[in-house]
Amino acid sequence: MEFKDYYKILGVAKNADADAIKKAFRKAARKYHPDVAQGEEAEAKFKEVNEAYEVLKDPERRAAYDQLGREPRSTQGAYQPPPGWDEGFSFSQSSGQDAGAFSDFFETLFRRGSGPSEGMWQGPGADSHARIEIALEDAYRGAERRLSVRRPVLGSDGQITLQDQTINVHIPKGILPGQHIRLTGRGQPGATGAGDLFLEVALQAHPVFHPDGRDLHLELPITPWEAALGGHVVMPTPDGKVDLLIPRNARSGQKLRLKGKGIPGTPAGDIYATLKIINPKVETEEARALFERMAKEMPFDPRAHLGG
Amino acid sequence: MKKATRRSTVVKALSLQELCRFCQADEDWITELVEQGVLAPVGSTRSSWQFVGASIVRAKKARRLNRDLGINAAGVALVLDLLEERDAALRRLARYEPLG
Repeated sequence: MEFKDYYKILGVAKNADADAIKKAFRKAARKYHPDVAQGEEAEAKFKEVNEAYEVLKDPERRAAYDQLGREPRSTQGAYQPPPGWDEGFSFSQSSGQDAGAFSDFFETLFRRGSGPSEGMWQGPGADSHARIEIALEDAYRGAERRLSVRRPVLGSDGQITLQDQTINVHIPKGILPGQHIRLTGRGQPGATGAGDLFLEVALQAHPVFHPDGRDLHLELPITPWEAALGGHVVMPTPDGKVDLLIPRNARSGQKLRLKGKGIPGTPAGDIYATLKIINPKVETEEARALFERMAKEMPFDPRAHLGG
Repeated sequence: MKKATRRSTVVKALSLQELCRFCQADEDWITELVEQGVLAPVGSTRSSWQFVGASIVRAKKARRLNRDLGINAAGVALVLDLLEERDAALRRLARYEPLG
């Protein structure tokens, strides 16, 4: 278990007052909020900031945390709280927070040995929310995924334990990022049945295709002679290779549409290929001679419209 | 480890009550978002509202922004519009990045 320096995470002094802590939290929350900031790093940072605030905003928790003192240098990465550190403090369970949202450090310090809390086991269990990242190919073909989740389970002795479970998830063909997959009864347990687990679908970044709704965009490199003469080229799609007809005198930046080859659906999306003419590197005498001949025999000034 | 074989389903449409539960919000908050144009339900009366497609994920984002950053409905509407513009711009930018 790793020691967490909550003051450092929020960027406040140890003697910062409640207002300063709130201000620092608000600022950091805006910066790292997963709906605003980009990337995985921001999400992890946001969780850290939330956790730090969860402790430092609560006078009792903060006092108990302060009693732990500084991180012991010798035990970096394997922190154990000293025995009896929490004497005289009682922590209220924070409700509405998903178990697992906070670090092991937090869980050990503030949720240790907790029994069923008031209200948690009355009525239906709460829903859980998580994200699932799928490959673009999964959206095309559908997929089966196995998901490992950690859920609180109420044992026969009345103790809550976190149990690792494997859930099979069916990813239907044609699913889009932002859609949710519902797994009935896979949320938090409750007295009258468990809540549901909702998985928000996100697409992994693809090196070639850039999705926009059901449409995909890609940059398609072609040779100068393919552009000039036109003809068929083979182009990859997430669903396999297709033949694409390049028109004669194609321009760099010209967009070609492949109708219905995007993410499946009713209607299916399209693929837009933006042509990019790539000049070969001239390395042989023959190649040089070909270009010299073009230079001599083709009257072409791409800068004519610039004037001057 | 326990194995589950239950099938999963895609959320297609949610009623007002279902959406409230889904994003842990009350009906007044959702109604405000509809009035701000953040959410566009199908159906003319509150009791017949059905939230589909992008409205579902927008409602969730709106609730998180409200809860985590203390932004009101009008502010959330502006933030979501700007985020959508930014994401569209980033998508365009990604297309024009040179090939590796």
